[in-house]
Order: sequence, then structure tokens, then C-alpha cells
Amino acid sequence: MTSTESPRTVMHAADIARALTRISHEILESNKGPDDLVVLGIPTRGVTLAERVGGLLAEISGTPVPVGALDVTMYRDDLHRNPTRTPHPTEIPAGGIDGKTVVLVDDVLFSGRSIRAALDALNDIGRPAAVRLAILVDRGHRELPIRPDFVGKNLPSARAERVNVRLIENDGVDEVTIES
Amino acid sequence: MRHLLDTKHLSREDALRILDVAEDMRDTQSREVKKLPTLRGKTVVNLFFEDSTRTRISFEAAAKRLSADVINFSAKGSSVSKGESLQDTAQTLQAMGADAVVIRHGASGAPQTLATSGWITAGVVNAGDGTHEHPTQALLDAFTIRRRRFGDDSRGRDLAGVRVAIVGDILHSRVARSNVWLLHTLGADVTIVAPPTLIPQDLSAWPVQVAYDLDDAIAAAPDAIMMLRIQLERMNAAYFPTEREYSRRWGLDATRLRALPEGSIVMHPGPMNRGLEISADAADSPQSTVLEQVANGVSVRMAALYLLLAGDRSDTNAQEDAR
Repeated sequence: MTSTESPRTVMHAADIARALTRISHEILESNKGPDDLVVLGIPTRGVTLAERVGGLLAEISGTPVPVGALDVTMYRDDLHRNPTRTPHPTEIPAGGIDGKTVVLVDDVLFSGRSIRAALDALNDIGRPAAVRLAILVDRGHRELPIRPDFVGKNLPSARAERVNVRLIENDGVDEVTIES
Repeated sequence: MRHLLDTKHLSREDALRILDVAEDMRDTQSREVKKLPTLRGKTVVNLFFEDSTRTRISFEAAAKRLSADVINFSAKGSSVSKGESLQDTAQTLQAMGADAVVIRHGASGAPQTLATSGWITAGVVNAGDGTHEHPTQALLDAFTIRRRRFGDDSRGRDLAGVRVAIVGDILHSRVARSNVWLLHTLGADVTIVAPPTLIPQDLSAWPVQVAYDLDDAIAAAPDAIMMLRIQLERMNAAYFPTEREYSRRWGLDATRLRALPEGSIVMHPGPMNRGLEISADAADSPQSTVLEQVANGVSVRMAALYLLLAGDRSDTNAQEDAR
């Protein structure tokens, strides 16, 4: 038995790779192919995941899929309750998002407030035909009526627990851990 | 960051943070919807005791693009002309719930007094005080140099090795002072060029080289040449014989423009005295960044207001990253 104090690994590198491959297949299935897809990651680890999903989508479908980054810092509703956050660059692929199906990608879905901010940010950039949400870990405790379309792993958690997603590009290792 | 009062005491880290956030702000300014909801419900007061058009509207545009409410207060036609003190004006703004005060004042140090007096809890941004500093102008100048040099690859970079010549009325110029400190912090080499009468007497603490001849300074091939406005309103003594002589010896004319190395840029904080310190050829040349500086000014001021106002102002409430 591991102690509740130490972090417990809930996804290893192979689990993350399998989850992303499945999510990519599901995205192509629900979109009936790769046409008009735009994958946007939410900084910082969502961008890494979006790049991986974009690569997988291109590999599976044989068509390149545009990938970008959508920073939501300026749209957050909790800015004044935290120390000043440094924004990250937003990079929208050259084709824009008007009339496209945008797949938002983030590492952890918790309160849903980041996603609300992301929807507001998208609104200022263009008008997508549809917005979908892909998440590596859904840990519950939603505070808004937001649900993901594609989920890597459902992870029941206590509100006080901490879920950490580490990715090779950002942290040198692929793993998801939970600690209390 | 609680206040932005000068560049002399601004750390390299904070300066780069402002410039990098300004890059993000700049990106949003090319969108169809330029307005961000970030500072909704915050009130920014533009407290201008001295005339200014471009700085005031630049701050106003910056605050409005971040959805803050803006109150413009100019000393002319206000209670200040009836003799109200800075303290009473400040306390009035405090009672009205100002979250940030952008102040321009003829007295050097007025923003510092406002920030440290305890009269107000708002963040204070110095928009030019006397002959002391004008930090946002220096930040937008550094931002402009960095963008011309590195383009979209500017984030995180400083100005190490960049050679900048600042030409003109150094003695009265708060823009020159703020630029000297900031450019030095960012690693640039600064040369100031002016008639001896327009250079401060004691330069021992300034990290600059001094030249008295503009042609020598141009022959040294600077990466950027910054022409300062001759401030005729501050000229209460004869600093140079005639305007024509100044223009001939220290003005950037077509011949000197051609002598500048390829890829160097010509900067001016505005408003320009065309034909005095800068000729129309230089002001309208492709090397001129005058209009870029104006556009970048809004991005840099958005960044400053964001960093001052968006976070928790009590600076104690370090919560974890709520997702």
C-alpha cells in the first residue's frame, strides 16, 4: 500500500500514448474525417498534447491537421484572486477558425473555468462551426455546465488532491500522478 | 509589480516581463475584436497636470482595450486650477475608487510621492514627471528596437550588444533618462549626442558614452538613432545660437540619413519638430519607426496596466493553479 502522502502514478507513458491514440481516432470518427479540423491546445501542457494529437490525426488520416495554441489568461475570472499570471502566446493556424471544427485540448479538466475562458477567447478570434473538448484527465468537481467530448482517463479525486500531468517535452517524463 | 515609477530601479527580469507581455498584447491587437475582458470593473484615472495628447490617448486606448473604465482628468479647467493640492486630488480619486492612477506632472518625483504617501492604494504609473523619467516611453522604444531586430522571435530576448545613439536635448529629456537606464539594464550600449549646453553637468553615474558631434556618432554605425524633440517650451535660456544652427549640426537630415548603416532604425518619441531635429526625409523613410512606436505604445501600456492591475493586489494570496 502506498501512503496517501506520496504521489501515486495513475497513468504511465504507455497509458498516455494509448489514450491519445484513442482520442485521435474518436475525433476523426465524430468529425467523419480530418476535414476542417483545427486543434488548439491551452498552455502550457495542453499545447504539448495538442501537438501530439495533431501528429496522430495526420498519421491516421494521412492529411495534415492545423495545430495552434490558445492562451486563456486574459479571459480568466480568477485573475484578481491570484498573483499576476504571465500570459502565453496564442498561435492561431493560418487558415483561422471561422467555419472550422475546433478541438480544444487541455491536460486536466477540473472546475471547467479554464474552458469557459477558452470559449470566450475563441469568440474574440472567430466563429467556429463547432467546438469540441479533448482532455487527458477528467478529475471531476465541475463548477460550470461544461463536459468533455473526448476523455483520456476519468480520475475520481478529492477536491483537495493534486493531479499532476508531466510530459516529456515540458518535464522530461510522461506520467500522471495524484497526491493528497 | 505594484507601481511603475521609473526604469532606473526596474530589474532586467521585470523589464523583460513587461516586454514579453506586450508581445502577447500586440498579438491581440491584430484581431478583429481588439478588446479583452481582463480588467473589467477596474477604474483607471488619467491624471494629467501637463499637456499631452499622444501619451494620454495611448494610455486611454490601452485601458479601454483591456475593458477598464477610464476617467480623464486634466489640470486645465479642473479644481487644480482653483488651487487644490496633489494630496487632496489624490484622496478624491481614492474616494472614487480608482484602481490605477496614470500621472503626468511637471514636478520630478510627483508619481513617487503619490505612490509612497499613503494617500491612495491604487497602482501608480508614471507617464512623465518633470525632467525625471517617462518609463513607458522607454519600454515602448526598447520593444520597438527588439521587434525590428528579432521580429516574432523577440520573446525573452534582451538588447545585448545593440548600439543606440540618443541625440538632442538630453538635459531636459525624461525620455532620454528613462531610455539610458532601461537600455543599460537590457545590455545595450548607449551614446548620447548633443551640444555641450544640452548635456547634464554631472554624468558620472550615467552608463553612457558622450559625443558632441552627430557625424562622428553616425560614423560609429549605431543600430538605432533616437532623435529627441527640442523642447522649446523648456528653453528659458539660450542653449544654442539659433534653431537653424541646431538643425544644421544636430538635426537628422537627408545626408546624415544616407550615412546611417543599412538596417539601422530612426526613432522619435514625438511630437516631431519637422525640419528642426529631424527632416521630413528621415521621418518618413522606411527606417523610421515613428508610427510603429505609437502602435507599440498601446501594447506596452496594456502590458503595464495588466501587470499592475490584473493580479491580487495584496500580494499575499498565493493560491495553487485552479484549473
